[in-house]
Amino acid sequence: MMIKVDEKGFYGNFGGAYIPEMLYPNVEELRENWEAIVASPTYQEEFQSLLKDFVGRPTPLYFANRLSESFGAKIYLKREDLCHTGAHKVNNTVGQIILAKKLGKKRIIAETGAGQHGVATATVCALMGMDCTIYMGELDIKRQRPNVERMRILGAKVVPAISGSKTLKDATNEAMRAWISDPVGTHYIIGSVVGPHPYPEMVARFQSVISEEIKWQLLSKEGRENPDVVIACVGGGSNAAGAFYHYYNEPSVRLVAVEAAGLGIHSGKSAATSVLGKSGILHGSKTLLMQTEDGQVVEPHSISAGLDYPGIGPVHAHLHEIGRAEFVGVEDEDAMKAGIFLSRTEGIIPAIETAHAIHALHQIEFNADDLIVINLSGRGDKDLETYIHWGNY
Amino acid sequence: MNRINYLFQTKKERILSIYVTAGFPKLEDTIPVLEAIQAAGADIIEIGLPYSDPIADGPTIQESNTIALANGMSIKKIFSQLLGFRAKIHLPVVLMGYLNPIIQYGVEEFCKKCKEVGIDGLILPDLPMSHYLEEYKELFERYGLFNIFLISPQTSEKRILEVDQHSNGFIYMVSSHAITGAKAEISPEQEQYFERVAGMNLSNPRLIGFGISDAATFQLASSYSQGAIIGSAFIKHITNSTAIPEDIQSFIQAVLVKE
Ligand SMILES: Cc1ncc(COP(=O)(O)O)c(C=O)c1O
Repeated sequence: MMIKVDEKGFYGNFGGAYIPEMLYPNVEELRENWEAIVASPTYQEEFQSLLKDFVGRPTPLYFANRLSESFGAKIYLKREDLCHTGAHKVNNTVGQIILAKKLGKKRIIAETGAGQHGVATATVCALMGMDCTIYMGELDIKRQRPNVERMRILGAKVVPAISGSKTLKDATNEAMRAWISDPVGTHYIIGSVVGPHPYPEMVARFQSVISEEIKWQLLSKEGRENPDVVIACVGGGSNAAGAFYHYYNEPSVRLVAVEAAGLGIHSGKSAATSVLGKSGILHGSKTLLMQTEDGQVVEPHSISAGLDYPGIGPVHAHLHEIGRAEFVGVEDEDAMKAGIFLSRTEGIIPAIETAHAIHALHQIEFNADDLIVINLSGRGDKDLETYIHWGNY
Repeated sequence: MNRINYLFQTKKERILSIYVTAGFPKLEDTIPVLEAIQAAGADIIEIGLPYSDPIADGPTIQESNTIALANGMSIKKIFSQLLGFRAKIHLPVVLMGYLNPIIQYGVEEFCKKCKEVGIDGLILPDLPMSHYLEEYKELFERYGLFNIFLISPQTSEKRILEVDQHSNGFIYMVSSHAITGAKAEISPEQEQYFERVAGMNLSNPRLIGFGISDAATFQLASSYSQGAIIGSAFIKHITNSTAIPEDIQSFIQAVLVKE
């Protein structure tokens, strides 16, 4: 079955644009224009040159020798942690800021969880001289302090979201409200493959550079474009969508999506949406959503702020429903251990989000000598306090 | 005849609609609040179904949603409270809520229950026109429920005409680029927008909402439309009330004073 978004923004049963009328003109403007703008030569020239010289692409596809030895497979790490600002998020913000400029927008807003998307947005706003406001859950502001200060240094205004669980979903609510309040001059840079159509597909397209590069890099290193397995962590699902994108329709490639199981999938403190979620509507799209029987959104839990979201992007809900991707839940404690393990076997301190993907190696089956690519979505600098607080190293 | 149509046929101006969150300030306040709103002389009641993530609402209504949910309000609960309420309340009543809880309850079951208890219409801010026409219209019509559409200053003339074509009851004019409860004054640009839409000769009446809070703003909005909707200011007024019927009486009478 082809994985492809349809005209109305659906991947199978999931997607769409369930938005208040107040946002209709903005979303419609974007839907009508984004593909043509992104395809234009002037856009591509600016985009490609920024990806290369500002972001530092292509990022290496690194053969992880000691990790491979310890798991008995051939493991490559796609080094998105080496992107400028420390995670894959900047691929999308570079793509969207050029788009916003071409649409004549003057002001940028964004939500952020771990702060990586906020930093990546503040960075491109500084680059383009655009006014920038970032909405961030009050709880996340506390646990991702360094990123908050990075945003401020870059000239962004950081506004705390004080409603609900005070994390990513609430920051997203606040950003949507802010967009309603200034629909003409503002562009909303959503940070993952969530939100109303066309955002999920647009963000996936900007992140698809990850699997585009993996293909040619593997070809030159291994003589084949397709690995046996691709593993990525899923918060909203943008790094996973980017790593899976050019493999969606290659059935020989196993896609493994790693969710945060928090204190245990059935502990009541988890963010494992594929297991706990039911179809519902959040932030403008129909997707799998953690909710009560009454349809109220449940407050998720993960030790990593970037995975602490009660939904997943509609494309992942679809991949799950049709069985195209395997979903794995990794608990807080295991993710922390995997973070330390990667630090000591490969000299790479990963973001805690990413550490979930590393631990998945213990939870999936594979054959000896399988070729596995793990998307190393970000580095751990922002998480030092969490590592220190955990302390078990 | 649907009570909303009957109202707009018999009353042409200064129609006052009051929004209140179900189960607020206390769980069992819903019906007494409706009775007081009716007794005080309002014309339409909007009952808000509380939701954890009300993206079109400002802090006041968000907070009332949080409190109502903590009180134990749910769709099941509101229907049990509304059972038999038509013995006391004759005003048109519309439910305003977000799509997700309704989907989980079951859309058809929801419509059936609305008809059973005597609901006249629905305002669902995150149900856009295209999804309504494809998935919901037939169902709503089968159960005699009017779907009330929103328009905003950004809505194009072409789309307003489309909304008018698919509307029944009235069109909800969002007064500004705003979520509910935003600032209390009405700017010249807003007046231009009110005037522009008033001049379009739409087939449906219009009520203006968001930012309407007192006699002055009600009067101004009413001069460009058939009336207005008050939500946040009303919620604020009853939040800490110890004498709900009296406070509602005084609030609504103050709004209805002609300046
Ligand atoms: C390093 C890193 N990985 C993953 C994520 C999760 O986001 P997504 O699922 O959209 O890739 C984040 C979010 O902040 C992140 O910072």
